[in-house]
Amino acid sequence: MAKYKEKIMEVVFLVAACVSILAVALICVFLFANGVPAMKEIGFADFLLGREWRPGNDIYGIFPMIIGSIYVTAGAIVIGVPIGLLTAVFLARYCPAGIYKVVKPGVELLAGIPSVVYGFFGMVVIVPFIRSNFGGGNSILAASILLGMMILPTIISQSEASIRAVPESYYEGSLALGATHERSVFCAVLPAAKSGILAGIILGVGRAIGETMAVIMVAGNQARMPGSILEGVRTMTANIVIEMGYAEGLHREALIATGVVLFVFILIINLAFSIVKMRGERN
Amino acid sequence: MAVLDNIEENVQEVIPENIDAMNRQSLKDRLLSYRRTPGSLIVMILVLLAAALTIAALLFLLVYILINGIPYLNADLFSWEYNSENVSVVPAMINTVIMAVISLIFAIPFGIGSAIYLVEYAKKGNKLVKVVRVTAETLTGIPSIVYGLFGMLFFVTALHWRFSILAGACTLAIMVLPVILRTTEEALMAVPDSFREGSFGLGAGKLRTIFKIILPSAVPGILSGVILSIGRIVGETAALMYTAGTVAAIPKSLFSSGRTLAVHMYVLASEGLHVDQAYATAVVLLVLVIVINALSSFLAKKIQKS
Repeated sequence: MAKYKEKIMEVVFLVAACVSILAVALICVFLFANGVPAMKEIGFADFLLGREWRPGNDIYGIFPMIIGSIYVTAGAIVIGVPIGLLTAVFLARYCPAGIYKVVKPGVELLAGIPSVVYGFFGMVVIVPFIRSNFGGGNSILAASILLGMMILPTIISQSEASIRAVPESYYEGSLALGATHERSVFCAVLPAAKSGILAGIILGVGRAIGETMAVIMVAGNQARMPGSILEGVRTMTANIVIEMGYAEGLHREALIATGVVLFVFILIINLAFSIVKMRGERN
Repeated sequence: MAVLDNIEENVQEVIPENIDAMNRQSLKDRLLSYRRTPGSLIVMILVLLAAALTIAALLFLLVYILINGIPYLNADLFSWEYNSENVSVVPAMINTVIMAVISLIFAIPFGIGSAIYLVEYAKKGNKLVKVVRVTAETLTGIPSIVYGLFGMLFFVTALHWRFSILAGACTLAIMVLPVILRTTEEALMAVPDSFREGSFGLGAGKLRTIFKIILPSAVPGILSGVILSIGRIVGETAALMYTAGTVAAIPKSLFSSGRTLAVHMYVLASEGLHVDQAYATAVVLLVLVIVINALSSFLAKKIQKS
């Protein structure tokens, strides 16, 4: 009897282990089955490269949204990576233990703040600031600043962990050769940690490109090609949320197809992340 | 010889003091040494600036929202029923609790069960383990709006659950599954093998060992994962808009629609009619998140100590 019980429970655990596989399979099947036919109907090239999004006239081109997602993500990287990386260096190599005890939970809190709260903050602080200083307001710039802030914790914690993983002998060896603290950290330790840092940046890209609510609240959401960083832009994620509420028929399927494109972007980013991580582990 | 002895004595006397002086650089010495390397000085200033900027951004966000929100935390905001006069957050808070509880009821058994399989049962080099790890990592990377789309297509449309608490909770359960899986896996791996050997040596079976020995000592780790998941559920918006809907009332059954606190806040902020109440809701959300964060780091510290 006890032997049966052991066997049954092993199978139960095995089934539980298969749930995440099942979930990924279901997500793929449902997204692709609902999105790909619409893409075919619109035409792959027209859908992906079309510069007009006019659901009223049955014109569905998501190129402006793809560009929009890439612009705000690039902006977030430009703002978030230098600050995040330098903060990680500070935490790993400069920070006295007393300050670390305060700063580290702060960074963790930054990761825990919900994206609506970030979005709201952007709406009431960043957008008015940009409007009064540069004109515009809801814009690529506002979304970039906000997303840059949101990816900080991802970049900081990944980079800090990989900087700490570099053997102390690298740093000491460099000091012994007469280099300053800064030169040792930036020229000996950081290069050794670069694959971990790169993995952190890729994670940040994934977070920025998938962010929805915060971007909707500050980016303006006009579905057209942006001319400058002070103009509004609509990302793929925003496109889905804004129009899904009332979309029907082909329009609805085109929105799901937008989700499919986003999903493919994320899968590519995930793949890049695991390749970089594997390379780092091999070294 | 006499000269040599003399030198040796001198060296022994001198070296300890010299080492001391070399290792303990005072702040003044350090600052002075930057005079010779201006490049290093600039880099150091940049590092300090970046760290200050990160902390300043966090503090500014917290203080700005708290100062603007706390004055609007009044009795009206916490009245039992929602209407457009009082913009009460109470139904949304209750919905959030219901949502968190149901999602966790689904996610915890599967998360812990699969972690147990990966750590305790799977043999080394098992292909399934690799696949589960990869899929869990994929699930972690999927943005919440894609979960929302999937939930809408699967739970709402294909299973005919309509916009409902249950559809939202199932979507969120899939979303937090990898969090619970990973933290539980780490907690189980941290249990020393001697515990298992001791239990087997006393004649206990595998199941008994898992439930009586391994799981109890992994509880803090598992709990910190659960708390992390609660944090994600509380803050989630995009995955819930088109699965649980946006009705601002306490649900009558699992199949009625209801908005959580984060969705409530999004609706308030985007309508632009109740900005003051949106600030107040943001305060409630922030306080929740801070408490959740503090709890999980408290548990993490407990693990490190033991």
